[in-house]
Amino acid sequence: MSAQDAAPASTTTPKPAPRGESGKAVAKFVAQRVAGLLATLFVASLVVFGSLYLAPGNPLTFLTHGRSMTPDAITQLKAQYHLDDPLWMQYLRWLGGVLHGDFGTSIIYNQPVGALLETRMQSTLLLVVMAAVMVLVFGLAIGVFAGLKPGFLSRSVMAVATATMAVPTFVAAVILILVFAVNLGWFPVFGAGSPGLDAVYHMVLPALGLALASVAFVARLSQAAIRQELSSDHVQTAISRGLARRFIVRRHVIRNAAMPVLTVAGLTIAGLIAGSVVVEQVFQLGGFGQFLVSSVQQKDFPVVQAICMVYVASFIVLNTVIDLLYSLLDPRVSLGRTAS
Amino acid sequence: MTAMSLLSVDSLTVKLPVAGEMRTVLKDVSFELEPGKALGLVGESGSGKSMTVRTIARLLPPGADVTGHVRFDGTEVFDLRGEALRKYRAGDVSMIFQDARAHTNPVRRIGDFLTEALCTNQRMPKKQAEARAVELLAEVGIHNPEQRLRQYPHELSGGLLQRVMIAAAVAVKPRLILADEPTTALDVTTQAEVMVILKRMQSEYGMAMLFITHDLELASSVCDDTIVFYAGQVVERQQASRLHRDPLHPYTAALVRARPEIERRAGRLPALPGHPTTAYEAPDGCAFAPRCAFAQDACRVSVPPLLRIGEQGDSRCVRMPELHGSLLAAAGTTQEVTP
Ligand SMILES: Nc1ncnc2c1ncn2[C@@H]1O[C@H](COP(=O)(O)OP(=O)(O)OP(=O)(O)O)[C@@H](O)[C@H]1O
Ligand SMILES: [Mg+2]
Repeated sequence: MSAQDAAPASTTTPKPAPRGESGKAVAKFVAQRVAGLLATLFVASLVVFGSLYLAPGNPLTFLTHGRSMTPDAITQLKAQYHLDDPLWMQYLRWLGGVLHGDFGTSIIYNQPVGALLETRMQSTLLLVVMAAVMVLVFGLAIGVFAGLKPGFLSRSVMAVATATMAVPTFVAAVILILVFAVNLGWFPVFGAGSPGLDAVYHMVLPALGLALASVAFVARLSQAAIRQELSSDHVQTAISRGLARRFIVRRHVIRNAAMPVLTVAGLTIAGLIAGSVVVEQVFQLGGFGQFLVSSVQQKDFPVVQAICMVYVASFIVLNTVIDLLYSLLDPRVSLGRTAS
Repeated sequence: MTAMSLLSVDSLTVKLPVAGEMRTVLKDVSFELEPGKALGLVGESGSGKSMTVRTIARLLPPGADVTGHVRFDGTEVFDLRGEALRKYRAGDVSMIFQDARAHTNPVRRIGDFLTEALCTNQRMPKKQAEARAVELLAEVGIHNPEQRLRQYPHELSGGLLQRVMIAAAVAVKPRLILADEPTTALDVTTQAEVMVILKRMQSEYGMAMLFITHDLELASSVCDDTIVFYAGQVVERQQASRLHRDPLHPYTAALVRARPEIERRAGRLPALPGHPTTAYEAPDGCAFAPRCAFAQDACRVSVPPLLRIGEQGDSRCVRMPELHGSLLAAAGTTQEVTP
């Protein structure tokens, strides 16, 4: 174990933890995580940029769409896209642009990629945020209920959850459309609606389709975590002290179970980004995902690079945020201090 | 049941569900404990010591089947429900567990651990409870108690954490302490320190104590009386200080001899022959008979009753009247071999 364990108990003095020092430790810890984040982003940018050159064919054929062009036109094209520069220079130029928010120019639309993305950002953001809220609210509510109140109802709910986890997003989306849009007519079949409440209304089914499997997953996860905490030794201590069950659940079960659940739930939510591509396509929401699919088909590489970069960056940033939150929740994760 | 006794366990039998069937873990256990006295529970692993204290604290696993009586101050413990049960656990009995680390919530501060029972059960104001916690930590020999309150369990060593456990158990001034091997997880030096503190707190607060240990020596120094468990049964009860000098059961005699004693260390260390039995697997007749050097046919016929041996104690050995006084000497010559 630790040095402190070996020392005679009565002579060890507690480590003083002055506020300033622990504040410094937190700052150092955050700085480390942010540095890690930047390094990961850098590698991701290399991969995203490099994958263009790993793809079959050379960029020039994509630019010319296979049409034969005059040598003059080709030279001009090459100059415009800096195709004669060495690869690393092209990368640095692209990276420099990205850092200034400039993702280059779309080959198909001949417009700045940034502007194209801006108009499509809202529906993707709304979709992922609504799905994330559903995952947290429904997943945690169902899981906590099933964990605290074992019985026939809980077992049934968990059985349904297990089955739901296996349903692919695409299938879930199509079934939701058939039932709630076509048969019952409660929700629109497709489209993002006009900004405001209408957009939220249009987004209910897509978000549900995107969230469904994750809701089930988080429900099962939190149920298992609650069960485990309920049967843990420290909860037995609390019971042996005659504390009320409601108090024990609040103080000793929920908080402890929350730590593993929130971490994995966070990763699941980050994973919604990938699923959103499918859902946008099915519901024709006109967001990043749909744009990505069409851009891949049309070999609009600056757009593909930009969207991939945004996806990857959001995923990595979310991850870091979860990591930081976890460290705040769990006192055992020492913030840069050496564990005692 | 004596009018004097604080705790009276009477013909207690406990069965637990294991893989679809009910297994006996405690069989006809009876003993009494007077206020302020310490009773040692010794016996091999699996003999039912922990189950006994868990039954008393009403901490049995779900599905347990209990017959017999546990009376605390005249009240049937198994009749307690809801609020009455909470009151009993909150104010009358306190558990001290073996593994203090597993038994404290890792994400709550020491201060919360010490004050939560005071604040919620006794409605003590937070400030006052904290002051009390500081006092208690000082009483169990912890320096800088104010700072300790703000620390988390993982920042404390095992010995310190067990002291915190003791402080927390004593905080509510219970009438009975249930200590389940409170020092087994600690290293030897720490063990002794923690033991001294526990014993001192028990006497100072005038609490009765059930003390589980594997160490007969420790039991004799801490407890007034000791009971010996074998296969879920009490096989012997007598004064703790006499137990290892004049055992009243061949099993106890074997335990005494298996103990590494300073004077005998030079010689061969006798092993306890055979395997420990659980109550569930126990044969007809005396549960210890298969391992007993003194067993006769009569021992295998029916379960022996717990007999009074004069003023000295109780024994569940039918041959005790003839063997009394000669167990250790006789064992020394006949039991040295392991089969
Ligand atoms: N939850 C449980 N379900 C079923 N059987 C159990 C359970 N817990 C313990 N047992 C059994 O009950 C018997 C008594 O166990 P107990 O924990 O009381 O032994 P012990 O004397 O405290 O042993 P040790 O010295 O190892 O702590 C053992 O045979 C054990 O296998
Ligand atoms: Mg035990």
